[in-house]
Amino acid sequence: MKRFEYVRPASLKEAVAALNMENAHLIAGGMDLVPGMQDNVIPADRLVNLKSVKDAALRGIAETPDGLTIGALTTLTEIAEHPAVMKMYAALSQAAGVVGSPQIRNVGTLGGNLAQRPRCWYFRNEEYDCLKKGGARCFAQDDKADNQYNAILGGGPSYIVHPSNAATALVALNATIHVTGPDGDRDVAADRFFALPRMRLTQETVLDPGEIITSVTLPTPAPGSKSAFVETAEKAAFDWAISGAAVSVTMSGGSVSAARVVLHAVAPIPWRSKDAEAVLVGKSLTEATIKAAGEAALTGAKPLSKNAYKVPLTKAMVRRALVAVV
Amino acid sequence: MAIPWKPASQMTHITKNTTRLDGVVKVTGKAKYAYDMLPDKCLIGRFVTCPHPNARRLSIDTSAAKALPGVKAVWVEGRDIYRFSGDFVAAVAAISDDVADDAVTLIADSITWETLPFVVREDDARQPGAPGAHGGDRSNVREATNENEGDVDAAFADAQAVIEGTWSTQVQTHTSLEPHGMVCEWNDAQDAITVWASTQGVFSVREGIAQAVGLDESKVTVLCDYMGGGFGSKFGSRTEGNVCALLAKDAKQAVKLLLTRKQEQTNTGNRPSSNQWIKAAAKDGKLTAFQTNAFGTGGITGGAGFPTPYLYSVPNRRVKRDDVFINAGNQAAMRAPGHPQGSFAMEGVMDELAYKLGADRIEFRINNDPNATRRAQFRDLAERLDWKNVPKEMNADKGTVKRGWGVGAATWGGGGGGTQAEMDIHQDGSVVVRCGTQDIGTGTRTVVAVVAAEQLSLPIDAIQVNIGNTNFPPSGGSGGSTTCASVAPAIKVTADNALFALFERVADAFDTSPDNLEAFNGSIRTKDDPSNSMSWKDACALLGAEQVSVRGQHEGGLSSSGTAAVCGVELTVDTETGFVRVERAYLIQEAGLIINMLTVESQIIGAVIQGISYALYEDRIMDRMLGHQVNPNMEFYKVLGAPDMPHIEPIMWMTEESLARGVIGIGEPPVVPVAGAVANAVRHACGARVYDLPITPWKVLAALEGANA
Repeated sequence: MKRFEYVRPASLKEAVAALNMENAHLIAGGMDLVPGMQDNVIPADRLVNLKSVKDAALRGIAETPDGLTIGALTTLTEIAEHPAVMKMYAALSQAAGVVGSPQIRNVGTLGGNLAQRPRCWYFRNEEYDCLKKGGARCFAQDDKADNQYNAILGGGPSYIVHPSNAATALVALNATIHVTGPDGDRDVAADRFFALPRMRLTQETVLDPGEIITSVTLPTPAPGSKSAFVETAEKAAFDWAISGAAVSVTMSGGSVSAARVVLHAVAPIPWRSKDAEAVLVGKSLTEATIKAAGEAALTGAKPLSKNAYKVPLTKAMVRRALVAVV
Repeated sequence: MAIPWKPASQMTHITKNTTRLDGVVKVTGKAKYAYDMLPDKCLIGRFVTCPHPNARRLSIDTSAAKALPGVKAVWVEGRDIYRFSGDFVAAVAAISDDVADDAVTLIADSITWETLPFVVREDDARQPGAPGAHGGDRSNVREATNENEGDVDAAFADAQAVIEGTWSTQVQTHTSLEPHGMVCEWNDAQDAITVWASTQGVFSVREGIAQAVGLDESKVTVLCDYMGGGFGSKFGSRTEGNVCALLAKDAKQAVKLLLTRKQEQTNTGNRPSSNQWIKAAAKDGKLTAFQTNAFGTGGITGGAGFPTPYLYSVPNRRVKRDDVFINAGNQAAMRAPGHPQGSFAMEGVMDELAYKLGADRIEFRINNDPNATRRAQFRDLAERLDWKNVPKEMNADKGTVKRGWGVGAATWGGGGGGTQAEMDIHQDGSVVVRCGTQDIGTGTRTVVAVVAAEQLSLPIDAIQVNIGNTNFPPSGGSGGSTTCASVAPAIKVTADNALFALFERVADAFDTSPDNLEAFNGSIRTKDDPSNSMSWKDACALLGAEQVSVRGQHEGGLSSSGTAAVCGVELTVDTETGFVRVERAYLIQEAGLIINMLTVESQIIGAVIQGISYALYEDRIMDRMLGHQVNPNMEFYKVLGAPDMPHIEPIMWMTEESLARGVIGIGEPPVVPVAGAVANAVRHACGARVYDLPITPWKVLAALEGANA
């Protein structure tokens, strides 16, 4: 690993200041960053340890009048096992509970999970100077590529898929992400927090230089709301999803009054399908409606040479997520 | 001929359960592997690797690296042609990881490369006009087998059922948890070297290191107390070992050079791929014809051989098989080399023919299997699987998640020989055994104790076992499933010799002849009068300071070769996600005289795990665009994990006849039939056959789409 400078700021202000240089990174759990450094794909000249910041807002899960606020340093295990999360935000609990392995969930944080870099193997191998690393080419879009894990929606010019389970769940749950930075604090809706490659090529979020995720707020669910996250992979655990979905549905008088349908591991961002949501609103959750929502969710899918399987697979994921909230 | 083994019914330790002697030190971390060794002032070695799949090194300049403070030695590969990405080009030894990394960067940046056309996939390499993997005009394809037996065409014409398909298997890497490499300590006072190696053959390492550094073998000591997996890839000193020793000699101190996970994936061998077009026929319940055109790749120069048709008798055969060369690391022996590839396709052929004939899948196998043991094993397996209640037809379940059953079979050699040992019996009753064998993870250390304790009629913990050292009596490499069948008889003979030597020394005290003495349950007694007895300790006290110290060696009659196994699996296929979950696996294995039930069962469980991992997950993927392996890690080179584990039932075939055969090693055969059984169960569950390993969700979905089209 290349040498780097290590900074332990005492405050968020100091942390923001310390990030003011090229190739400076926040480190919390290090589950994504450190292997990326070891593999020579994430250049790092300075690490700024967020865990040394004493600010209480970074830590813990608190119920507030607006909903539930989760500090960025909260571990995925803490989120997955928290009673209020399990009760009111099942999609987030389920999503956090299947990240990586128990060891990774015990160390990995919410902020890190949202800010993690892609797992695309062209990105993760130093021999490939891909678009996401500032290179000239997306290898995954080539017909000769092994792009079975890549995007079928929202791709171009890069075809990564967003790896964060938590991100998918947070978009479905209409969360707000709290950020601080050189220009002060700001709040970003989860469904505007992630950036398509055509907006930002070398990062996956709308964070500006020096900005730090401090916490996330989940709004109090409307009465009659339920949510679910499902994913599928090659292995039963400790594997990246090849597809998944998070849904949040509010029922009122036997029909759907509000719905969010978000696809996982099929697009460079958590892919919200307004087409699928439109199919659901005003209907009862019958088998036919659920099937129609699954079909609508994949509208516009454009598979690459080896990932057409993701289209029917993701329809099934949407159906299963919806069945889980019936 | 040696004194035969006692009847199994009289055994105290052999055939029973003995927990691993080193189980606790392994799980507590007290056991030190080569990877853990760090002698005083040990330098860190690192390789510079080739960043291109096919390239000529035009120039290299190591002066900047050598000038870097803390760099103590540099090695440069002599050749200038490199045929795969990751090949070793140079190496450094430095006082720390950081300095070594800096030196590697300096050397890598100094190299001028001329890149050459490359080809990394066997399909591409076979095309006319494909780039030559070796450069120039040398063909990428070499004919390996071209055989004819009987009259295939007549048999096809006369058949009741003919099937045809192309089965293919991926390149599998060994993925040992402990990487390859060594720690070499140069002893400048004696011009000698001590090597801590992660190896499955300490004596082959000694030979290689002695040649590499130009020392007599008497000056080389190789040690391996524990090692973290080899599966066939850790014989000999290999490049990384030789380079480590050369760096140590050059620096005149210790060097630790262990490979990275990426280098493990690219440079340390693999199981070759296979692509097998097969046409086969049957009539009256018998296989009648088998024709195959096959190829596979073992890398840049390695062969890709496998037995085909596998195991079942076919009178009329036409077999053509080619080796294909690509710009990738070479193959190495891997757990039952060739057999899983041959078995995967053959078991598929057996099921397809059985379906077409309307025959029972197990009965059809019994009908065509030349081995009587395996035929009996198949009948036993049918009982355990409750086969009579398994649906005969495919795709019997109506739901989304469908259940299926599949079977497969294996054959293997596994004989023993070429092992010596020595044993000391001290006046305090303590017993020491020394044997130069190594424990690749199968439990060899425990085997030594079990046999010695059995023959001396002592408890297991009375035996001090020393293995993994070239200063001990020689034993062969742990390959071909030969270790137990080599070591156990050698220990038995040595223990018998030691016991007789003890009898000769103490017979006077019993007022009898040595022939009339026997060891019984921690004592020595006369055979004709059991009351004339002395405790083991009291008897040994008669020895005084001059201990009994004897040698012995493997003798015929105590081990056999030739073994049979069958496997049955039950699994589910989720037809919407393509997800396959193996729920239950049975593996019936003949192992002759079983020395330790626990460790033999552990071998079978491990083999079934590795077999399922091969069937469903593992795949070395070479990128056609730039020619590198895109998954040189354990993230995307996927290996079965704990939640993927089925319930595994290892079943030892312990007929009297089999026990009487002596010891037969079985490290390899139980891995063989698993992938074929899994693929057959997927086919049985959902009606779709995946012909190509690994059976990933998208292949299942594609096969289902094809089956429903």
